[in-house]
Amino acid sequence: MQYLVSVTDDTAGLATPDEMAAIDAFNDRLMAEGHWVFAGGLGAPSSATVIDNRGEEAMFTDGPFLESKAHLAGFWVMEAPDLEVALKLAAEGSKHCNRKVEVRPFL
Amino acid sequence: MSLVDVQAAITQAHHEEWARAVASLTRRFGDLDIAEEAAAEAFAIAVERWPADGVPPNAGAWLTTTANRKAIDRIRRENHRDDKQKEAQLLYDDDPPGRLGVIDDERLRLIFTCCHPALAMETRVALTLRMVAGLTVPEIARAFLVQETTMGQRITRAKAKIKAARIPYRVPSAEDLPARVSGVLAVLFLVFNEGYLATGPGTDPVRHDLTAEAIRLTRLIRALMPDDGEVAGLLALMLLTQARRTARVSASGELVTLDEQDRGTWDAALIAEGHRLVRERLAARVAPGRYQILAAISAVHTSARDVRTTDWSQVVALYDQLVHLDPSPVIALNRAIAVAELDGPEVALAAIDRLEHKLAGYHAYHATRADLLRRLGRSQESRAAYDKAIELAGNTAETAYLTRRRGQLG
Repeated sequence: MQYLVSVTDDTAGLATPDEMAAIDAFNDRLMAEGHWVFAGGLGAPSSATVIDNRGEEAMFTDGPFLESKAHLAGFWVMEAPDLEVALKLAAEGSKHCNRKVEVRPFL
Repeated sequence: MSLVDVQAAITQAHHEEWARAVASLTRRFGDLDIAEEAAAEAFAIAVERWPADGVPPNAGAWLTTTANRKAIDRIRRENHRDDKQKEAQLLYDDDPPGRLGVIDDERLRLIFTCCHPALAMETRVALTLRMVAGLTVPEIARAFLVQETTMGQRITRAKAKIKAARIPYRVPSAEDLPARVSGVLAVLFLVFNEGYLATGPGTDPVRHDLTAEAIRLTRLIRALMPDDGEVAGLLALMLLTQARRTARVSASGELVTLDEQDRGTWDAALIAEGHRLVRERLAARVAPGRYQILAAISAVHTSARDVRTTDWSQVVALYDQLVHLDPSPVIALNRAIAVAELDGPEVALAAIDRLEHKLAGYHAYHATRADLLRRLGRSQESRAAYDKAIELAGNTAETAYLTRRRGQLG
C-alpha cells in the first residue's frame, strides 16, 4: 500500500541546511527499511505554470492553480502496510523537515 | 418462556453478543460495513423468531452463525466476489494471535479501530457507539442532538476512511498501547460526561442511557485489559459518579450540589465496587494516572458521611498530584473548590481569580466564583457572577440551580 505524504509550508522559506541534512538521513532510513518509493522538494509556488488542455488548444497560465496561505513544498511517496505505520513514518518526516505533513492513501 | 422473558433474553444477547458478533465478522470478512449489516440482520431475525421458536440454548453461537450466513448471502448477491475479496484484504491484519502479549480478544481490535487517532473525536464516539455498543444510528443521533442523516453520514464516512486509508484492524503494539488506551478511555469518558451533564435546552439533565452505555463499555474494556490501571480508574470514577445520580437532581429538576445531597440515596453497591477498584489500584503501588486520581478523589467524597467530615486535606493533596500530571485551568479550578473547604473562601477566590483569562467562557468558573463571593458576603459581585454562569450554562438542572441561588442573595 502506498501513501502520499505531502509537506505543507506556510512560511515562504526553503529547507535550511540542517533540515536538508535531517531529511537526507531520514530518506536513507526509509530506503534501508523498504518504505521509500519517491520523494522530492518543490520550487516556490510562484514558479508554477497551470495548463488546461480540455478545450481546443492548451492554455498556459502563470502562477499556482490556487492562491493559498499554505502551499505544497514537497512530498514523499511511501510504502507501508497500513495507516498506522504510515502515520508513524509521516510523524518522523514532519519532525525532520520541520513542517506539517498530510497523509493520503493511493487508491 | 413468556414474551417478556424472550425480550429480556434478546436485550441480554444484544448487550453480550453484539460487539463479539461485529468483531468476529469484521475479522472474517474484513469489512466493517458487511459486519455491521449482517449483525443487525441476525438480531432482527432473533426478534422475529425467538418469541415463536424459543431462545436457542447458545444464543451467541446462534447469532454468529446467522450473521455469518447473512454476510455470505450479501457477498454472493453483490455478485462481484473478486472485487469484494480484494476489498476484504484492505482491512487486514497480519499478526499471528498472541504475538503482542496482550489479551487479544477480537472485540479489542474493534474498539481500537473505532477509536483510532486518525479519526475525529466525534467520529470515534459515533463509531464506537454503533459498532461496539450496538446503538442504532437514530439512537446515537438523538444522544448527540444531530440529524439522523448527519450521524449516518458521519459513520459511513468513517467506515470509508478506515477502508481507504487502511486503518489496521488490530490491537496496537505494546509500545503504542498506553497512548492508544488513553485515546479509547477519552472516548468513553466523553460519552459518560455527555450523559452525566447533558447539554441543550429540553434535554433531560442526566441521560442515563449514555452513562449506562459508557459504564458497560468500560466494564468490557476492564474485562479485556484487567491489568491496566487507568481502565480500572476510569471505571471506578464512573461508578462512584453514577452512584450519586439520583441525589444529584431534585424532584423539581434542579441540580443538587454535593454538600446538599441526601447521601442516604447514594447507591451503596456501586460505591462499594468503586472503592474496591480504588483500593486495588492503591495496592498496585504504581504511579496513578489522571483517572485513578479522579477516582480516588471521588472515593474520598463517597467515604464521608457529610461535607464537614470529608477529608479535604486528602482531596487537596490528590488535586496537587493531578495538577502535576495535567496543569490545565479546569483542574486548578476544581482544586480551588477543595481549597475553599480547607483554607476558606478567600484563599480559594484568590486562586481562581488568577484563572480568569483562561476560563472566562466556562460556566463553572463563574458559578464557583459566585458561590465563593456569596460566602464572603459580597452579594453584588456574586450576583454578577451568577448572571454570567447562567448565561453560559447548557444543562437545564444547572441553570435552575444557579437561578435559585441567585434569587437567594441578600
